[in-house]
Amino acid sequence: MAEVSLHGVTKRFGAEVALNDVTLTVPDGAFVVLLGPTGAGKTTLLRIVSGLDRPDAGEVRIGGQDVAALTPAQRNVAMVFQQYSLYPHLTVRENLAFPLKSPLLRTPAAEIARKVAEVAAMLQIAHKLDNKATALSGGEMQRVSIGRALVRRPTVYLMDEPLSSLDAKLRADLRVELKDIQAKSGATFLYVTHDQVEAMTMATHVGVLDHGRLVQFGTPREIYENPVSLYAASRLGQPRINLLPAGLFQGAPPQAATIGLRPEQIVQGEGEDSLVTRVEHLGDQTRLHLSFKNHDLISVTDAHTPLTPGDIVQIRADRPFWFDATGARIA
Amino acid sequence: MAQIVIRNLRKDFGAFNAVKSSTFTVEDGEFFMLLGPSGCGKTTTLRMIAGLELPTSGEIFIDGEEVSQRPASKRDIAFVFQMFALYPHMNVRRNISYPLVSQGMARAQVQAKVAEVAGILGIESILDKPVGGLSGGDRQRVALGRAIVRDPKCFLMDEPLGALDAEFREHMSEELRALHDRMRATTVYVTHDQLEAMQMGDKIVVMNHGVVEQFGVPQQIYDWPATLFVATFIGSPPMNFLRFEGTVGRGATEVALGEARFAMPALQEGAHGPLVLGVRPEHVTLDDAAPYRGRVLATEYLGTTQIVTLDTPHGQIKARVRSDAPVRVGGATGLALDARTLSLFDAASGRALRSAANAEVLAHG
Repeated sequence: MAEVSLHGVTKRFGAEVALNDVTLTVPDGAFVVLLGPTGAGKTTLLRIVSGLDRPDAGEVRIGGQDVAALTPAQRNVAMVFQQYSLYPHLTVRENLAFPLKSPLLRTPAAEIARKVAEVAAMLQIAHKLDNKATALSGGEMQRVSIGRALVRRPTVYLMDEPLSSLDAKLRADLRVELKDIQAKSGATFLYVTHDQVEAMTMATHVGVLDHGRLVQFGTPREIYENPVSLYAASRLGQPRINLLPAGLFQGAPPQAATIGLRPEQIVQGEGEDSLVTRVEHLGDQTRLHLSFKNHDLISVTDAHTPLTPGDIVQIRADRPFWFDATGARIA
Repeated sequence: MAQIVIRNLRKDFGAFNAVKSSTFTVEDGEFFMLLGPSGCGKTTTLRMIAGLELPTSGEIFIDGEEVSQRPASKRDIAFVFQMFALYPHMNVRRNISYPLVSQGMARAQVQAKVAEVAGILGIESILDKPVGGLSGGDRQRVALGRAIVRDPKCFLMDEPLGALDAEFREHMSEELRALHDRMRATTVYVTHDQLEAMQMGDKIVVMNHGVVEQFGVPQQIYDWPATLFVATFIGSPPMNFLRFEGTVGRGATEVALGEARFAMPALQEGAHGPLVLGVRPEHVTLDDAAPYRGRVLATEYLGTTQIVTLDTPHGQIKARVRSDAPVRVGGATGLALDARTLSLFDAASGRALRSAANAEVLAHG
C-alpha cells in the first residue's frame, strides 16, 4: 500500500472549476473520506488519482512517485464506482476471480479460489458464487463489484459512493467490514460519499470539499468538534447543526453574524423560553423542534420526555460556535 | 377526512400469498406508516386501500363505508407514487389543475383552488414554468399539489421520498410532516426506512412476509417490540440479542444466563428452551464494577454518541455511549444492562414474553 498526495491540483471543465488548487496527503494506511454535496469535486478528485482524468495543473504522487505519465492500469489502483460494472456473461465467481487472472499477477489457482471464497463470505454473497452476474439484485451486483476490488492488493482503493445503492442493514454491515478490512490490512482508502454516517464511522481523516476547494482536513472528531467554517460544521451531525442569527443569544463576539449550535450545545432547563412545536420520538432519543424568538431549532432530549407541543422549555447556548458574515469560524 | 378500518385483509397472487390477514385501524387525521422490508406486503396493502388491487378476502372501510370491491375512482382517495408522474407537456399550473378540470369544475373555482394549494406548498413562483426543468423537490411538490387539490378523503403514498438523496430526503420529510400538521389529512405512507417511519408517523404497522407483526405508537414499538423481527427491524443499530437456554416462570424478576443474572421486569408468562434476552444499545453501560464481562472490538464515532461493539459470552453486542467516554479497543470491561428496559423472547416462536413492562403495549399490538 502507498501514500497518495496531491499538490496544487486544479481541474476545469470548460468555464467550470471542478477542483481548485487542492493539496492533500492521504497517509499510507489511512482511510480518507471526501465529504461534500453533489458538485463539490469529490468524484473528479478520485478520477484524477486513478488516471481516468488529467489535472490542468498540479501533480499527483502515489508512493512518492509522480504518476502523471502512468496509465490507470500502471498506477495499480482499484476503483469501485457507484454504478456497478460487471461482466454480464460471467458468473459471480468468475467476475471476482477476473482481476487475479491478469497475466501480470500470475496468481496460482488455489490462491485465487481461497481469495474469492474469503471475499465472497465477507460480502455475504457466498451462496451466489455460481449465479450469472445478471441474475443478481442491484445490491448483490454492487457487492460483487466491491469484491472485485478487494481481491487485489492495489496501491490504493478508490471508492465512489460504493454503498449508496444498498439497503440500510447491508450498508451498516459493510461499513463495519470495510473499516475492519482497512484496519487489518493497512490498506490505503480514498473514499467519496455524501453520507455523513459513513464519513464519521469509517474515516481516519475526513476532507471537506466546497466548490472544488479543500476547506478542512482532519479526524471526524476534529471536524465535528472544531469546524473551521459554517460550511464544514454543516457537513456533520444529525440532526443538522442549528444556524441562527448571532444576536439571538448572549455573548456574541464582535463580528459574529451566525451562531452554530449542535444539540449538545443547547442546555435545557435554564436560560430563555422556547416553545416546543413538534416532538419526534426516534426510539433511542427524541428530537425537540423548538421555536426560539421566532426562529426554528432542533434539539435532542430523553427518549421518554414528557414534553409535548405547546410546552415551554428554557434553553441556553453552551460553548457555541460563532461564525462571521463570510461563514468563517471566529470562536 | 376519514377513518380507515382494515379487517382480515388477504391477497393472493395465484399460489403466492402476499398479505395474510391484516387488521388495523387508521384514525381520522393520522399520519400512518406501513413499514417493512421489500416483499413484506406493505405496497400490496396500500394498493388494496387505493383500489388498484382487489383483495382476495377481507374488508376495507373508508369513513364507515365498505369499499373493498369498489374501483379506485369511486373511493375518493389520492395516490402519490415514488416516481412522481407529471404530465411533461403541461406547466405546473395545468398539472395541478388537471384533476379539477377533468371533474368539470368551474374555471374561477379551479383558479382559486390552485392558488390555495400553491400557497400551502410554497410554489406560487413556479406555477407558469414547464415541469421539465424543475428540481426533484419541486417536482415532488407539484405531485403533492395535484393530490391535495382534490380534497380527497385520504392520501396514500408509496415511498414518495425513496428516489431522493439522503440530505434532501430529510428536508422533504420534514416538509411533508409539517404539511400534514397544517392539513390534518388522513395519510397512509409506505416505507422500508425505519427512521423515516419513526420520525414521521403517528402510528406504525410493521409487516413481514405478509403478516402484521406489530401495530402502535412508534416509541412503544421501539421500547417493547412484540417479536424478534420488530426488535431487529426498528432501531439502528438494532436491539441486541443475548441467546441462551433456560427456564423462566411466571412472576420471575430475573433471568440467569449461565453464571450471569440479570434483573428484568416481572414476567407474566413462563417459558423454557432457547430464549433470547433483548436489550437496546443505549441501555448497555460500560461499568467496570459489573460482573458480566465483555471485550471491546470496535468503536464508531457518531458525534454526540459512539457505538461500541463488544464481544460477550453470548455473542457480539453493541452499546451506545457518550462520545466523550473513554473506550479502549481490545480492552476488557464490565457490562450493565438497564433492568427496566429488557425484553425476553421465545426463540422458537420469535414472540416476546409478556411482562409487567410490555403487557399493555402487546395487548393492543
